[in-house]
Amino acid sequence: MVAAVFHSPLEAPATTPASPTSSHIAKAMTASQAPAALPATANRKPARDLRGFWLAVLPPLMGLALLVLIWQAIASTSDSGIPKPAETWAQALQVFSDPFYRNGPNDQGVGWNVLASLQRVAIGFGMAALVGIPAGFAIGRSVFLSRMFNPLISLLRPVSPLAWLPIGLLVFKGANPAAIWTIFICSIWPMVINTAVGVQRVPQDYMNVARVLNLSEWKIFTKILFPAVLPYLLTGVRLAVGTAWLVIVAAEMLTGGVGIGFWVWDEWNNLNVSSIIIAIFVIGTVGLLLEMALIKLASLFTYDEVKA
Amino acid sequence: MNTAIHTKYIDIQNVEQTFKTKKGNFPALRDINLSVAKGEFVALIGHSGCGKSTLLNLIAGLTTPTAGVLLCADKEIAGPGPERAVVFQNHSLLPWLTCYENIHLAVERVFGNSESKAQLKQRTHDALALVGLAAAAQKRPGEISGGMKQRVGIARALSMEPKVLLMDEPFGALDALTRAKLQDELLDIVAQTHATVVMVTHDVDEAVLLSDKIVMMTNGPAATIGEVLSVELPRPRNRVALADDPQYQQYRKAVIDFLYTRQSHVEKVA
Repeated sequence: MVAAVFHSPLEAPATTPASPTSSHIAKAMTASQAPAALPATANRKPARDLRGFWLAVLPPLMGLALLVLIWQAIASTSDSGIPKPAETWAQALQVFSDPFYRNGPNDQGVGWNVLASLQRVAIGFGMAALVGIPAGFAIGRSVFLSRMFNPLISLLRPVSPLAWLPIGLLVFKGANPAAIWTIFICSIWPMVINTAVGVQRVPQDYMNVARVLNLSEWKIFTKILFPAVLPYLLTGVRLAVGTAWLVIVAAEMLTGGVGIGFWVWDEWNNLNVSSIIIAIFVIGTVGLLLEMALIKLASLFTYDEVKA
Repeated sequence: MNTAIHTKYIDIQNVEQTFKTKKGNFPALRDINLSVAKGEFVALIGHSGCGKSTLLNLIAGLTTPTAGVLLCADKEIAGPGPERAVVFQNHSLLPWLTCYENIHLAVERVFGNSESKAQLKQRTHDALALVGLAAAAQKRPGEISGGMKQRVGIARALSMEPKVLLMDEPFGALDALTRAKLQDELLDIVAQTHATVVMVTHDVDEAVLLSDKIVMMTNGPAATIGEVLSVELPRPRNRVALADDPQYQQYRKAVIDFLYTRQSHVEKVA
């Protein structure tokens, strides 16, 4: 009977995608730790696990189906020129069949465009991190600096980053550095603010430990301040990357060149609407992957707060 | 002179502490005069808000008094330092470090300049072994129970070989059984190390069981020392044997009488 408890849940997901398998194994393990499980429940277990699997997978699939259905309805009833899902799918297969082709500067594969956008985001965000994170620590640690810079941050933060694009064009005299500058501006605020708030919220208990142990400033920073602020800092990074990915599309529409935003605008000029819809899915997918990667990273550095 | 240092190892003279709040000055402590002998175990007991933690923070040097002086080994207490180790109420372990690393941080600070790495490692392991947690060295605080965390906190404090061990309601957040176990362990450790201990508590049994001297504080604001009771029970002490010891009952009665008859707590609206 124990063997049945152990094996049957494993067999069930053999025909299903890989992701839920691990949870099935986990459930099987707990089941095997309680070998006294009643035969009746052991027999029913695979069915229940399968139901759990469908409950996890079915709703998102239904959501997606609903989206496609509404899309189909709008595309087939109005003469707005919105392509039907099937046409878009055909176009997508064609676009993704060769994502890395190059026919001159204005006609490149979707892969190159995405990579160009990601590169701008990486450079702009990286520079913002280099400036913003140390600035956040300084502002969080010093009341004077915080009073000095908080009004400026409050004033500048609500400004749409695109308003900074002309300044970038003026100063850097080039479309590409101006786009990077825009990314820099939009991603610096969440990092400065979150880091500063994190520093201000380091529990007084930890600082008392540092004082009783008489730790050096360097030890305080590496052993207490930095690890305590890290979750806040990573939240800032996540917000910054999310905003940067939003802004890059708009910035590239204005600056041109290579990039997913430019690609959207170029396809609009070619009246190639299905490509625009494909671009929307591509942008969404890349944004989702970035977000998921950063959440994963943040979870690695989040520890239980000290509670007695 | 030498005996003076021994009987007045910690010497608190006319200490007063007033906090500045938005509603004006709040007098927390006044006229505190107290001396603690070397190797003595002193419990500070009183109702919540009577300033016992404030007094402990003053001895720790985490705060400085508005008036008066605090001396430790004939030197004025000017700030916190590892010779007066603190066991915090909520243990205050750093959650991103393992138990070993939490203690090593303290060991390294105190002995890092004079001892080899192997010796530092040995000290850290010894401290963990002293509280019976050698097996949990590589665990993070989030992975162990509340009682174990508090034991690591005690080990961290003891690993610094402090002249004085200051404990702020160290067992307050633990369940009664765990608390009794840790009290017994603390009795053993104090017997082994002859540590000078000042402990804040609100537990009458804990105070009588552990201390040589119970300092009973009046209610705040402007709290002061109401009475000092010497506990002359022989050591080693055993909680089961003491349970029906008439002398123990007498001490217990004296503290309860002070706390509930003479200083019965009235919540004042500040």
